[in-house]
Parts: sequence; structure tokens; C-alpha cells
Amino acid sequence: MRALCWLGADGLAVRQVPDPELRNSADAIVRVRRSATCGADLPLLAGRAPALSVGDVLGHEFLGDVVEVGPGVRRHRVGDRVVVCAAVACGNCWYCRQGLYACCDNGSTGPAAAEVAWGQPTGGCYGHPRSAGGFAGSHAEYVRVPYADVGAFAVPEPVDDDRAVFASDAVPAGWLAAELGEVSPGDVVAVWGAGAVGQMAAQAALLRGADRVVVIDRYPQRLGLAQRHVGAETLDYLSVDVPAELRERSGGRGPDVCVEAVGMAWDDTEPRSLAERFAAAALPGAAPDRPIAVREAVHACRKGGTVVVLGTFTGFVDTFPLGAVMQKGLTVRAARQHGQRWIPMLLDRMARGEIHTGHLATHHLPLEQGALGYDLFRTRADGCLRTVFTP
Amino acid sequence: MGRGRRGGRALARTAGVVAGAVAGVTVARVLRGPFRGGRPRPAGPRDGWQVVTIDRPPERVLPGGRWPEPLRRLDGAVEVAQGPAPGGRGTELAARPVRGVPVTGMAAHLVGGGDPAPLVREALRQAKQLAETGELLRADRSPLEGPRPSGPVGPGDGPVVPG
Repeated sequence: MRALCWLGADGLAVRQVPDPELRNSADAIVRVRRSATCGADLPLLAGRAPALSVGDVLGHEFLGDVVEVGPGVRRHRVGDRVVVCAAVACGNCWYCRQGLYACCDNGSTGPAAAEVAWGQPTGGCYGHPRSAGGFAGSHAEYVRVPYADVGAFAVPEPVDDDRAVFASDAVPAGWLAAELGEVSPGDVVAVWGAGAVGQMAAQAALLRGADRVVVIDRYPQRLGLAQRHVGAETLDYLSVDVPAELRERSGGRGPDVCVEAVGMAWDDTEPRSLAERFAAAALPGAAPDRPIAVREAVHACRKGGTVVVLGTFTGFVDTFPLGAVMQKGLTVRAARQHGQRWIPMLLDRMARGEIHTGHLATHHLPLEQGALGYDLFRTRADGCLRTVFTP
Repeated sequence: MGRGRRGGRALARTAGVVAGAVAGVTVARVLRGPFRGGRPRPAGPRDGWQVVTIDRPPERVLPGGRWPEPLRRLDGAVEVAQGPAPGGRGTELAARPVRGVPVTGMAAHLVGGGDPAPLVREALRQAKQLAETGELLRADRSPLEGPRPSGPVGPGDGPVVPG
């Protein structure tokens, strides 16, 4: 089959790779209809841990048609149109029973590496190296879906492919933010990042009854989408003092819930610190992540409020304002999304028109233009919010 | 989780080498486990114990006192202990290499004179996954296992650096 492969120094290109096969009884094989780029792919392409191997196939946000099922699959049949949660989880361990699917004990084939990196094994993810799952990505004609009864969900007819694909990752990630922040009616919520996940976090906050939701970014096109399609207020951080503006819009209190949906930055504009040297010693060759938006969120958040970290951080962060966390009595929460818990509900909301995702796929490209698609996505060129591939 | 509570819980320990048992039919007997005495001792490198928590009751983890299959392969090289996990979390299953006893059979082949700790860890993980999901999760074939991805599939599909 054709797949978009990482080729090391040669970048990305479509190659012929072996078709996926059923490897466990609970597997399904899905023919991919749509597969989206995601910010979590960028650290992989930038060479940060975990390291890709030549030939690895990227992509974890996808939907398609079931074409084969293992003998242990009960909920799906050949021909079903399904969206697949980006996180791989068994559904049977203690963490899955608590709804913490991304923390699954049995969702990765490389738990030893995760134990070294994080102290505990975590669930797997498609399109990541074995140390982070061991499952090929979805930028391909076909993909194997382990634990298919747990991670694949039939898509209601009214939700078309271009909308449904985001139920795989961006929509549940946004919902996760509102859940972790325990957003309640009357809350003021600030969201850093007007990408797909940030917009979905803003939408989830509004659906949970937030009084005001303010989205912060520097790209006018993204901010315009957040205004038009989500109904959020927006701030361009290049032109306003964000903490001052947020205080103003929250009666001087600061937002009740601050959501970081930006991820790490790794520019070299900050001087090296002791913490950075420590991180470099632990992970040779790797600079620590820059939690720039997290810092601002902590500073802006009201006393006793909650800061939710959604961005993909891959290691250490530097200069974290722990003093503000302690002095203001903040709660800081973070997670990868537990989509298996919410995707059916979210698909129903999408079918009813309560959650809007049709505007997220700004660029549709064939798999053969995968490198261009990632280039547009990474640089935000041409107003790119998400590139979606049709294999 | 209060470690203090662990000290009072009885752990069943089976040591194939001590009991002289045949692989697969080792019967559990109640002994002191990895958390022993009035003050629990942490499992880990200091005393060699490694522990996993399995979200199943003890009778499902060691039915009839039989070791889970991944640990049976190490019979003669490890001792095993189990007990209920607190808070209804299932079973704590512990294992550590036996010391001072010559290892024979399959276990000797697997350990091969090297550090058995990683093997013990892997066997515990596998026992947990088998008990919770019924099978061992397999990775997709790595691109390094077989032929590398073949060349471009059409004009203009050559390598492109994404920037």
C-alpha cells in the first residue's frame, strides 16, 4: 500500500510499504478515508524524543471503513464507517476502568521506554515509534486498529468525513480541557492557542456554560475562525497586554480556568539556565521545552483557579513559575485525551450541530503532497489550520 | 496509597526452587512477601522484588496457585509473591530472582548468566497483560524488520524535506 513515510534526512515521501495485518484477535483493519496533521507530529518531525525510525508512517487522527476484523471484535463489522481514537487503550485495565484511557497500562508495545521517560508506562498512539506505542500511522491507505471494540466508533450518518475526522483527537482533547478545568456556568475561560484543539477547548467551555471564553493567538485568520465558528472572544497577543486584558474581561479577578493549547516552543531566544543544563545532561542533545504560554496562563489565572495544559510537551520545561502556583493556590492539570470516554457523546453533539468542526480542515491534499501539507501546517502558511489527507 | 497498610496484608509467596516444584504446578503457600514485617519494605533494586498491580482478583491471577505462564518460564530462577491490592485494585504480583541457587532448565537458558531483572520485569508485565486483556499486544511490523519501504510510487513523489 501507499503510505507517507518519514525518511530521516530526506524528510517525508510516499512509499510502498507492506499492508497492515491482524496481529491480535481484537484488531481491525481500516481503509483510511481522512487523516489529519496534528501539532503532536511536529516534535517528531523536529527530531525530538521519541525518535522516529526510517520508514515510520505518521498520522494518528483519522477515520475510515472497516475492511477486516479479528475474531475477538464484537462491535464492528466490515463496512462500518468509524472514527478511531488517536490513543490506543485496552479498555480492561484499572486506568481504563477509571476513564483514564490515555494512561492505559496495556496500550503500548514499548512500556519499558515509557517507564524510563515518564516513570510509568502510558497508553499508545498511532504514528509514533515503538517506545510510544508501536503502531503505524494513518497517513496511509490502510491502518491496523488494536482493541478495535474500545477505540473505534461508528460515525452517525449526518456527520461527513471532513467533520468526523476531528472526533479522533482535536474534539476530545478540547473536551478534556473543559473537564479537567471543571468549567461551570458563569466561568471566564481563557484559551492560549487558536489551533484546532484550542478552538475545540473554547467550544467545550461554552457548551459547559462558561460566561465568557477568550482565545489568544497571533494569527488573525485563526482568531477570525474562533470568533465566527466557535463564538469566542479573541485577543492578538502581538497587539495587547494579555494578562491586563484578561483581568479587565474578568472583573479584575483573572480567568477561572486557563487552558494552554499551544505546546512547546524551542527557539533560542531565552538564555540558558541551570535547569536547562540539567535537562541537557539528562537528554543529551535535547533542549528543554519552553512553556511560554503555560507561564502566562499561570500568571493570568485567578487565585484558586485551574490551569490546564494540553500542549504536547516531550520532556523538561524551564523556568516554570511555581511560586505563582503556590502563592495563588492554583490547580495545574494536564493529560493526553481520553477519547474513548467521550467520542460517542461528541459525535452525537456533532450530528446535532452543537460542535462545529467543518472549518478546521483548511487544506485538503492527496497523500502524495504530504510534505507540502506538513510544511503548510507547521508554518501556518496560506492560513493553514489543519491539513487533511485523502489517501 | 498508604504504604503502612501493606505491612499487615498477608502475601502468598511461591518459590519454585524452594518448593522443588515442577514448572506450572507450583502451589502458592503463605509466606512473608516483599512488604514484610511491621514496616513495609519497598520492592525494588534493594531486595530485588519487582511488583505489578493486576486489575483482577488473586484467583484470576494465580488460579489454583499456578504461576502465570510468563513466570513459569522462569521457574527455578525466581520466587513469586502475590496479595490483594488496596482499594479494590486487584492483585499485587511480585517476583525476584532467587539467589545462591544454581538455575537450570529453560530459566537458565533465558537468564543466560546475565542480569535477570529485565526478564523478571518483562514476565510480570506479560502476566498482567494476559490477565487483563487475554493476549499480548503485538506491535506493527517495524520498518527495520523487513524490506525498507520501496521507492517513489509515481512522478514527483520523491523525498521532500518538510522544512
